[in-house]
Amino acid sequence: MIYLDNAATTRRKPPQVIDAVVNAMTTMGNAARGAHSSSLEASRALYDARCKLAKLLGCPQPDHVIFTANSTEALNIAINGTLNPGDHVISTDLEHNSVLRPLYRLEEAGTISLDFVPADRLGNIDYAGFERLIRPETRAIVCTHGSNLTGTLVDLKRVGEICRRNSLLFIVDASQTAGAVPVHMEEMGVDILCFTGHKGLMGPQGTGGLCVRPGVEIRPWKVGGSGVHSYDRSQPQDYPTRLEAGTLNSHGIMGLSAALDFIQEVGVEEIARHEAALTRRFYDGVSRIDGVTVYGDFSQPERGAIVTLNIRDYDSAEMSDALSQAYDIATRPGAHCAPRMHQALGTVDQGAVRFSFAWYNTQEEVDAAIQAVAELAQR
Amino acid sequence: MREKKPFLILSFSSTTQAMAVEKFCGERQLPGRLIPVPKEITAGCGLAWKAQPEQEETLTRALEEAGIRWQEKRVLDLWN
Repeated sequence: MIYLDNAATTRRKPPQVIDAVVNAMTTMGNAARGAHSSSLEASRALYDARCKLAKLLGCPQPDHVIFTANSTEALNIAINGTLNPGDHVISTDLEHNSVLRPLYRLEEAGTISLDFVPADRLGNIDYAGFERLIRPETRAIVCTHGSNLTGTLVDLKRVGEICRRNSLLFIVDASQTAGAVPVHMEEMGVDILCFTGHKGLMGPQGTGGLCVRPGVEIRPWKVGGSGVHSYDRSQPQDYPTRLEAGTLNSHGIMGLSAALDFIQEVGVEEIARHEAALTRRFYDGVSRIDGVTVYGDFSQPERGAIVTLNIRDYDSAEMSDALSQAYDIATRPGAHCAPRMHQALGTVDQGAVRFSFAWYNTQEEVDAAIQAVAELAQR
Repeated sequence: MREKKPFLILSFSSTTQAMAVEKFCGERQLPGRLIPVPKEITAGCGLAWKAQPEQEETLTRALEEAGIRWQEKRVLDLWN
């Protein structure tokens, strides 16, 4: 199979990730649940993983790296744990439903009011739009670092400066970018950075988290077992315990930790360079094919490793199925949990076929995918 | 009955804090090890750092200089 659905999950992982999970499942106790060697080893390994993530993502303190099951959980914790009745929130048309639905739910409950910076037909946003939407009760900007539909990157530093100037909380969804392009939350002015472990970070599914700037207070949405302060009636207030009730997915996190070693060894810049080269090669190949429409702005110097397209008016689902059945190429058709971006691009009815690339993809795979698109376009 | 003797005990508000201390002490070859928190300390996470009382100054100064926190410092009679 030629796997080009890496924006959904990176299917191929570094071999040491699998080894680490197996090792954890055969040796590891429950972290923070005792001082015997198995529990301590788990606690040490989790702390080590927090340190690696803090370093990779520019989080000032390892104890402010909180583990969750995925980005969606991290975003729900961040959004529901910081916003208050009467708050106004600004987001963008680029968002995934993991941002949109938590915000819509609060809006529908009458808790918050909500505005969006629109995307144009190329999927770009006007940064002045953020400042135009700010009003006295505006509390936060919640936005993605990279569109999961077009690969468009948001200039986080620029949005972070807007947040600082206006004393706004800045919550970022880095699902598509962590591990794949350089991210430094402190330098970018991010208050809460939400990430998933199974995409660019190349770890197992069921891992993710949020990095919290020291001083940012988040209310826990779940409380319960922490292994510590057992006689307290309420959840311990120290991070990360405050937001980590219940046993963590330590086995998965050990896989993620091994993936972080791999990323550190290769270098995020090198990964970004490789993925950008594949993306550009694919774009150059398919954009010349008669009948192909590619979505997004490819004049941007930096972008995610995604090319989304349609052939004429063909149903994207049928296109993706043909790629799978006739060429064994895995892509993603349809709406991609990004309803506002499809509306902006004008692709709600047709959907679109997303090709997304990662570290383990090769030029040969890209060329085979270009050839497949060319053949389908001739039909 | 096993003999008891005084030990320096540092307690922590979170396991992560305990891990930071263990990592720091390991890297700098500072004395001590993690133990289950003794019953005399009711606050704190389930872990504590146990060292010889005479090592208190060396240990706490190094931790303070590195900005690494602990919750409570006690000398307790514990099994050797």
